[in-house]
Amino acid sequence: MSSTVLTPPHHYLNDGFGVKSWLLTRDHKRIALLYLAGVTFFFFIGGAMAVLMRLELATPAGDLVSDETYNKLFTMHGVMMVFFFLIPAIPAVLGNFLVPIMIGAKDLAFPKINLASWYIYMLGGLFTLYAIIAGGLDTGWTFYTPFSTVSSTTNVVPAALGIFITGFSSILTGLNFIVTIHRMRAPGMTWFRMPLFLWSTYATSLINVLGTPVIAITILLVAAERVFHFGFFDPRVGGDPVLFQHLFWFYSHPAVYIMVLPAMGVVSELVAAGCRKPVFGYGFVAFSSLAIAVLGFLVWGHHLFVAGESVYSAMIFSILSFCVAIPSAVKVFNWTATMYKGSVSWETPMLYAYGFIGLFTIGGLTGLFLAAIGVDVHVTDTYFVIAHFHYIMVGGTIMGYLGGLHYWWPKISGRLYNESLAKLAAGIIFIGFNLTFFPQFILGYMGMPRRYHAYPPEFQVLNVLSSAGASILGVGYLIPMIYLMWSLRYGRLAGSNPWGAVGLEWMTTSPPPTSNFAETPIVTWDAYEYPARVESHVA
Amino acid sequence: MPPLFPQQASTMAERVDALYFFLVGVAVFFALLIAGLIVFFAVRYHRRDPNATGVNVHGLMALEVAWTVIPFLITMVIFVWGSSVYFAMAHPPDDTLNIYVVGKQWMWKFQHLDGQREINELHVPVGRPVKIIATSEDVIHDFFVPAFRVKADVLPGRYVSVWFQPTKPGRYHLFCAEYCGTRHSGMIGEIVVMDPNEYETWLSGGAAEGSLASAGGKLFADLACNTCHRPDAQGRGPVLDGLFGRQVALQDGSAVSADEAYIRESILTPSAKIVAGFQPIMPTFQGLVSEEQLLELIEYVKSLKSQTEQPTARPVPPGGPTTNETTPVKK
Amino acid sequence: MLPEAVQHAHHPSALAHQFDSLEQQREAATLGMWAFLVTEMLFFGGLFCVYTVYRTWYPDAFAAGSHELIIWAGTTNTAVLITSSLTMALAVHAAQTGNRRLLITLLIVTIALGCVFLGIKSFEYYTEWMEHHVPGLNYEFEGEYYRNAQIFFSLYFLMTGLHALHMIIGIGIMLFMLWFSIRGVITQEYYNPIEIAGLYWHFVDIVWIFLFPLLYLIGRHTHV
Repeated sequence: MSSTVLTPPHHYLNDGFGVKSWLLTRDHKRIALLYLAGVTFFFFIGGAMAVLMRLELATPAGDLVSDETYNKLFTMHGVMMVFFFLIPAIPAVLGNFLVPIMIGAKDLAFPKINLASWYIYMLGGLFTLYAIIAGGLDTGWTFYTPFSTVSSTTNVVPAALGIFITGFSSILTGLNFIVTIHRMRAPGMTWFRMPLFLWSTYATSLINVLGTPVIAITILLVAAERVFHFGFFDPRVGGDPVLFQHLFWFYSHPAVYIMVLPAMGVVSELVAAGCRKPVFGYGFVAFSSLAIAVLGFLVWGHHLFVAGESVYSAMIFSILSFCVAIPSAVKVFNWTATMYKGSVSWETPMLYAYGFIGLFTIGGLTGLFLAAIGVDVHVTDTYFVIAHFHYIMVGGTIMGYLGGLHYWWPKISGRLYNESLAKLAAGIIFIGFNLTFFPQFILGYMGMPRRYHAYPPEFQVLNVLSSAGASILGVGYLIPMIYLMWSLRYGRLAGSNPWGAVGLEWMTTSPPPTSNFAETPIVTWDAYEYPARVESHVA
Repeated sequence: MPPLFPQQASTMAERVDALYFFLVGVAVFFALLIAGLIVFFAVRYHRRDPNATGVNVHGLMALEVAWTVIPFLITMVIFVWGSSVYFAMAHPPDDTLNIYVVGKQWMWKFQHLDGQREINELHVPVGRPVKIIATSEDVIHDFFVPAFRVKADVLPGRYVSVWFQPTKPGRYHLFCAEYCGTRHSGMIGEIVVMDPNEYETWLSGGAAEGSLASAGGKLFADLACNTCHRPDAQGRGPVLDGLFGRQVALQDGSAVSADEAYIRESILTPSAKIVAGFQPIMPTFQGLVSEEQLLELIEYVKSLKSQTEQPTARPVPPGGPTTNETTPVKK
Repeated sequence: MLPEAVQHAHHPSALAHQFDSLEQQREAATLGMWAFLVTEMLFFGGLFCVYTVYRTWYPDAFAAGSHELIIWAGTTNTAVLITSSLTMALAVHAAQTGNRRLLITLLIVTIALGCVFLGIKSFEYYTEWMEHHVPGLNYEFEGEYYRNAQIFFSLYFLMTGLHALHMIIGIGIMLFMLWFSIRGVITQEYYNPIEIAGLYWHFVDIVWIFLFPLLYLIGRHTHV
């Protein structure tokens, strides 16, 4: 399918100018860009906190910032990254942009609710930002009681309210996606003809809708206890602080699947397009997303192995935690098998996909260490856990996000970015990431606890390596900002299908018109039916 | 060259490390397999013609089943192994040397049974199993000794216990591993493992205040507990002699084991469990006793043997008190 | 591809631009409301979970606290809400059959019953305040259950307060529905908003039906 027109005269970006046309838009594509601005903003705030933390940790003594300040830094790093970047990024940016187009619809089911979800997200973010500016928060992003309800002297209540508000943004986005995927597929688009990104988005939305309300009520309980001294988590009146942990992790474990499932969906798309063939074992990959969503709700107790959980419930959570690893392994094997006899591209989006597969595999394998209670007792609450989840969140989700951003950038903006710079940035990010986080596995097994502002001197060398890696990683993240912005103005025009990929999004113009398609598509083909040859316009 | 691996200083460390190395092996194998395949395929099938597409290789059920079942079996092996190590961690041997720990922001307070108190530093003998019974005065802390591979959250309002058997004399880091506020990273200390002779010497040089149990006995009298809890069964409260470790019949028909938690609860919230045949008239001592005083009272109650029992000799270090003391009953 | 002419042929004003037909719009809106109610179940579910844990541990304290609640107020409110669900269901039926007058009347009655509920609830809260049963503000409780009854009252205020907030939102939604009905937006062809507003109203009612026995009726059968 070739395009005769590189950039159409009318598309969603020039359909109305001015602040009102953006702030009151109902177009899912514009809302996606509003979210892009929001998540990028919060990402750099969270990233700045990480930079300060790693600078402090380059020396054993607590000499850069005070311990109070350090505690606020790691708390806000976690809060910003988890609630304001990792959870919304791929669903609200890439999902919002792509779900209607991939499904052949004109928009999501509820466009006004979509816009409202962005305002709710920004409101929650600003509340939480206020909490930082007005003195900070030092409870950790996990808000464990009774420290958060009784002992902390920082702005717990505004931060808790900010997160509570933002939770509704996730819920509304999830509802929108579920209804859209169920009810608005184009004629001929059966469930099993959907691209795998939609399966992942659907599974993610199920978790969003079922899990987020629980964190909402839990964080409300913390705020209420702080203000009214209710006592749910206070042993002095018969409350149980560990009950908080159960309620908290009941959401926060599935939350990590909210963070990684969309990235897995992106990787499926990148691997299919990067090899120009269907993903191997499509059905298995699709169902593995659902399996992860379901099993993900059954394993929260693995965060409480040393927290006072009974021996037998610990063992049940342990065996279930091993089970939840299997669908992820199935995906990794299927992606790798897809590359066999593929026409394998080395372009930037695909590099990010391959990076994801490798780094997610390492992160996932280290999850097995944590599921084994005998080892978890030693490594939980140490840098081992930090390394594990950063391999998945940063080596996984962020690389998936960047890969998707690069892959769909020509569709979103109508422009191509500079491929050499992009490859350079990907390489810097990969190296910086591994240098930052691999030493932390070793540090963790040696016993360095998390959330430590100062540490014994024998841990220094590994910490210095980690901090060096962090500075490289930081530079790596800045580079795409520059060339992507530059391409908006000066990039080559992309045309409707620069990658020679198969998918409904590549059958409309770049950028797409406001209603996505000139005519509603009727789908008669499977998700990744590649012809013998395609036309590629990137080279 | 900085150290890259923690010392093995307890009997459990070897077991944990063995499982760890197996996991490392599994992880390295699969990571290299996947990374290797990706690099190999990326090179072997690198797209040379910009318009070429891939070959649609149809899915193979046998392959899908294989790479689902085999990883599942491997994880089950890890599960069984990990659970068995954990089970051993969760079941201390019977003859442990018990030490009470109270964590508070931001220090560790240790109480040996013979009355020795330590702050942030704990002396133990090598080669004997040691059981830590810990509680927190404020927020959740965590007792973590990397060299022993031992860790447990220390909770307010509850007793938790961990056990270890040191195998090498030396000094080992103790860390608080549950974030607890401003000086969380300062809540560190050392476990000092000594040869048995040195330990005896150290122990006898110590506490002037007398054993925990005797301090508890004094408190028992000061707080007038002995007016209701008399050994002659004529008091308004149950007899405490020989109570510890026994099953207690409660008013509602159920039975409960008289362990440390039961005694603590009986002092702080006596109305929670009423012993069968008694009235709910015991006042609460919440706010009137500290965590350390509770531990002293518990040790005192433990030391009370039934009048009809033969006094059992508990191994005690020389110079310490015997276990056969009973305090005189005040009228 | 469907020709544009066909796409734009049937385009009643109630049809939003992203949908192809009123049927699709109705199904999407209904599915959306059901999915939203599932989230509300999880939201209240967290509180029910906390309730279950603490009632299991402190049954006597919970019973003591429960006896302090105003049983006639809770019972009346239950009857009020069940009746309002009836009037709501009848309102949906009126909309389906195009009976605009009846629809408006029934919506007004439903709103009024909701307000009666809130009025009685306010009276209860006021009384509990006067009796010093509000944790965090002026809590006192005689007897041995002082400590643990605090948890009961905390749960009582939190659960009924959250429920009352949902009632207020529900009344707001009903006022919107009333306005739509008066303006003639609701017709026999397009009454889906009334249906899904009704779903929400019924849900809030069902939450109360769980709350009432769990909070007001603990151990009542053993005491006069």
